[in-house]
Amino acid sequence: MFNRLMNALAALVLGATAALAAKDTISLGMVLEPPNLDPTAGAAAAIDEVVYANIFEGLTRFGPDGSIRPALAESWEISGDGKVYTFTLHGGVTFHDGTPMEAADVKFSLDRARAENSTNAQKALFAGIENVEAPDPRTVRITLKNPDGSFPFKMAWGDAVILSRKTADQAATHPIGTGPFRFVQWVKGDRVEIERNPDYWGTPARLSRATFRFISDPNAAFAAVMAGDVDAFPNFPAPETLEQFKADPRFRVIVGSTEGETILSTNNKAGPLADIRVRRAIAHAINRQEIIDGAMFGYGTPIGTHFAPHNPAHVDLRALSQYDPDLSRSLLKEAGQEGLKLRLMLPPPTYARRGGEIIAAQLRAVGIETEITNLEWAQWLEQVFKGKDYDLTIVSHTEPMDIGIYARPEYYFQYDNPAFRNLMEQLDLATDPAKRAAILGAAQAMIARDYVNGYLFQLAKTGVANAQIRGLWENAPTQANDLTAVYWEE
Amino acid sequence: MLRYLAIRLLSLALSLVAASVVIFAVVEVIPGDPAAYMLGLNASPEAVAALRGELGLEGSPVTRYISWTGGLLQGDFGQSYTYRVPVGELIAQRIQVSLPLAACALALTVLIAFPVGLIAAARRGRAADWGIMGATQLGIAIPNFWFAMLLVLVFAVNLHWFPAGGFPGWEGGIAAGLKALTLPAVALALPQASILARVMRGSLIDILHQDYIRTARAKGLTRHQTLIRHALRNGLIPVLTIIGLQFSFLLAGAIIIENVFFLPGLGRLIFQAITQRDLIVVESVVMLLVFAVIVVNFMTDIAYAIADPRLRRRG
Repeated sequence: MFNRLMNALAALVLGATAALAAKDTISLGMVLEPPNLDPTAGAAAAIDEVVYANIFEGLTRFGPDGSIRPALAESWEISGDGKVYTFTLHGGVTFHDGTPMEAADVKFSLDRARAENSTNAQKALFAGIENVEAPDPRTVRITLKNPDGSFPFKMAWGDAVILSRKTADQAATHPIGTGPFRFVQWVKGDRVEIERNPDYWGTPARLSRATFRFISDPNAAFAAVMAGDVDAFPNFPAPETLEQFKADPRFRVIVGSTEGETILSTNNKAGPLADIRVRRAIAHAINRQEIIDGAMFGYGTPIGTHFAPHNPAHVDLRALSQYDPDLSRSLLKEAGQEGLKLRLMLPPPTYARRGGEIIAAQLRAVGIETEITNLEWAQWLEQVFKGKDYDLTIVSHTEPMDIGIYARPEYYFQYDNPAFRNLMEQLDLATDPAKRAAILGAAQAMIARDYVNGYLFQLAKTGVANAQIRGLWENAPTQANDLTAVYWEE
Repeated sequence: MLRYLAIRLLSLALSLVAASVVIFAVVEVIPGDPAAYMLGLNASPEAVAALRGELGLEGSPVTRYISWTGGLLQGDFGQSYTYRVPVGELIAQRIQVSLPLAACALALTVLIAFPVGLIAAARRGRAADWGIMGATQLGIAIPNFWFAMLLVLVFAVNLHWFPAGGFPGWEGGIAAGLKALTLPAVALALPQASILARVMRGSLIDILHQDYIRTARAKGLTRHQTLIRHALRNGLIPVLTIIGLQFSFLLAGAIIIENVFFLPGLGRLIFQAITQRDLIVVESVVMLLVFAVIVVNFMTDIAYAIADPRLRRRG
């Protein structure tokens, strides 16, 4: 009897360890639910956070370090004049419904994105395309209007993924791509489930199944991770609790960088703000570290211009807007703007709401009164972004390499500088990396010296995960939860 | 009784029409464009315009009101702007969480409130009454989201008896579904039960002062017999009113609890739809909730008539 009991017990223990060792599923927490699952028809970061690199792939892709890597295109050649890109596609790639992925699908996807009635949120990525040809199933020839050294970068975005000619219309609710995972189900409001694609053309995923769960409340997120209901929360919404996770050996805190330049956006055409001395006074009134400590619990890197510090072409220009309240006061005096009153509009994210209170106090210290209005995103888009009815606002611009927005005079900052537009045109034409870096450096300096906006900090990516999970992205060169290399350590 | 019913039904229909006009008008007035929300900061104006056309946002408010209410009459709630699926489908999914949650919470409320209210009334002025009054005062004062967080910390994070939130879906088994709804139902029920117990006590005590109760006692019934046989039934009217209000509240007002437990219920659907300006979802779900509330009120009226025969005759 005793022996049988021991045997049963041994079997149970073995069974349990086998089950533990074999763990190959993951449950990931996300703050926002994607509105739909078609990355080519919406700007929501949550869409890419589910589908990018997991379900959908483009010609090229971002690596975890932000580098551009081949994806569906195994290689490409650029013509002598820099205008024609010839992509060679991988052979044997199929969509999740079994149909082969061919050059015609690439042509279809790119033509769809740049069409007249396209609802692609990043249509500008495709604006330079003159035409797309598919001479044979594995070759795509793209002719550009002008040479563009950053074309492979543009093709790496989630908005440029390749969809099947047959199923593109259903991508919003039932995405069918070529990636290492395929879509299983979406329980709206609760979760999206994906599973390993057994017919994947590249290195197969190590996880057999992944579930994205949507938890927007910071307290609920904390409880879900603590209770083990979710295994990882890559963009954790409760930074104040990270110390607690750091002290707990069951968890690992992952701090990385994002492409999010958080700025005090300034309406360059709003009365006194049209005066560069006033904008400069605001820049010198801001103590960046105080905002990072007070609003972001110390996570974030101060920036001096609209450019990601981890980018090789970055130039440190923080000295131009050093914290100097005395200088700030004298600039305001010189401009005749003592007793200035400004309207500060704050969208919902913590960085804006908490950061806004701190900035208001800092501005008050140099004699600028602000009237704070809290707005929802939809109101913000309507009033501030579209209507340009604001003086100051705080927003994190999360698109990678988006300095080009300063070349759009109708953009909500209303920065209108022909010299800057000229620089961006030169950038488009340059293919030599050294020359591109030089132009980007000049552009960064120009917007820093014009004090277009108050440059605050680069948004950090702070996540929590079970200590046994390996292979999650530390940084966010694009907003994604690439699970292809994720696994559980035994 | 028939006339009573007819009048109630007519007022029900009129309320629905009035509600649809108000809801549509209010939603129209809110600033914000769903297409701009979906396409974000880098979108070109043409792309936003193309999306507006695709979503059917162009066209006069009157035409859109007519097509919306016309659809509602045929049971068609429209197509969600952001999810791109029929609103009816979304509601069907969410109601599988919200309705059982409201029902569980209401059942718990009644199960707690009835005995507690009866005991307090029966032991009026004594230690049990004081204890119950104090406890229910506390139950009303504690914000339910805070109580919910406390429940999560104790029963999910520390004891691991229940999940911290989420809903596995009924296809995963009734037991798993009920397990996921337990903590939220308790969190919702506690303040409601406290309110109901106090109303019940107050109502019973009022009645215990009536002459017929004294008569009942005089003819030899015990205190408990009078309480159960005579006072309880007569004291039910205000209690039913409160239960009716509470059910509506539990169905529509669980937004905060749904957030704390990240449950995919109707409350969170509305909340999210408002943020994303998924106006058709807001309109249709609010309309559905108004409908539910009006129907519950209607049923409460009927219940009054059953509890109090005078109302039937007067009707």
